[in-house]
Amino acid sequence: MSLRYQRLLLIILSLFFVLGATLLILFNTKENISYFYTPSELSSLNINLDKKIRIGGFVEKNSFNKVSAGDFNFKITDDINSIYVNYKGILPDLFREGQGAVIEGYFQNKEIFNATTVFAKHDENYMPASIKSKLENSGYWNKNY
Amino acid sequence: MRFLINSKKFITVSDILFKPLIILSFIFLLIGLTFAFFLSPEDYQQGSTVRIMYVHVPSAWLSLMTYLVMTIYSIVGLAFRMPFGFVVNTAVAPIGAVFTLICIISGSLWGKPMWGTWWVWDARLTSVAVLLIIYMIIIFINYSFENIQVREKIASIFILVGSVNLPIVKFSVDWWNTLHQPATISKLSKPNIDPSMMAPLIIMTVAFIFIGITIAILRIRTQIIIREQNL
Repeated sequence: MSLRYQRLLLIILSLFFVLGATLLILFNTKENISYFYTPSELSSLNINLDKKIRIGGFVEKNSFNKVSAGDFNFKITDDINSIYVNYKGILPDLFREGQGAVIEGYFQNKEIFNATTVFAKHDENYMPASIKSKLENSGYWNKNY
Repeated sequence: MRFLINSKKFITVSDILFKPLIILSFIFLLIGLTFAFFLSPEDYQQGSTVRIMYVHVPSAWLSLMTYLVMTIYSIVGLAFRMPFGFVVNTAVAPIGAVFTLICIISGSLWGKPMWGTWWVWDARLTSVAVLLIIYMIIIFINYSFENIQVREKIASIFILVGSVNLPIVKFSVDWWNTLHQPATISKLSKPNIDPSMMAPLIIMTVAFIFIGITIAILRIRTQIIIREQNL
């Protein structure tokens, strides 16, 4: 093997090892890197519930309740578990029932979560508004947005 | 294809390609922007805000592609002692940095109305911020050494170390829970985007690629001259 191919091998091997090491570290700190927990992860993982945490999921259908202007309660669900949330503040435009959302805040007790911030989460689907209304008219609109 | 590894051949070929590339960039940018602003429909959820995507996504792709080019030239340059690889690395680093910056700023502008925040520290956004920092360090290294050959090697090694970040940026949305949505367009599945929105996205990407290559040609030719003078 000539010197230049030895160098090539050395470079590629070191790249491989550095990448491997980095990914091992990242995957073993998965719980800390994830931006939010799903409601099911909350019950299965051992998480300190006294700290500020973020929970992500869908806003449960028929759970949204407007107490007064700027005071809302709703449920965040992942279709398995759901969490009751209180929120005082301004909701983002995309926030609605069936839409993904991430909430940040504290547990008041085991059941009630007091959100300090609400983010709407957008999914990876893009569709013209005209097509959506066509789909609705013909009864094909059944996606869980 | 020898013009991709040889300075003299690169100058000859880029002489022929430069003007057509400028014209093509203008044409594609014009068509792309017309589609993006006027001919593409509004999204069913985002309304007109979806148009930010036509700048955001191409610049994100280009920022990763530029780094990939730098990584390949670093490997080849270090292994085969090919000076042209180092010239390309020096030339394209600021281009990649600008694309990353465009991506971050446009994403921020989209995030405020859609998510309700300019910035969050989730895995995707953080890894892209790291990508920008890596680009800036590369640029700093390129201005930092008296001895051009030492500088080139150090920059290339740093590029290789930083390339670990590329798969992290790309797959962060799949590996971890992030506020950023996962990729819409991937090779394995049918894209979840309507053709009327896919078209401007593709045209804008092609336009960005042409613009990137055009600026790269200018910068590489300048770097070839600077390197010859300083060596």
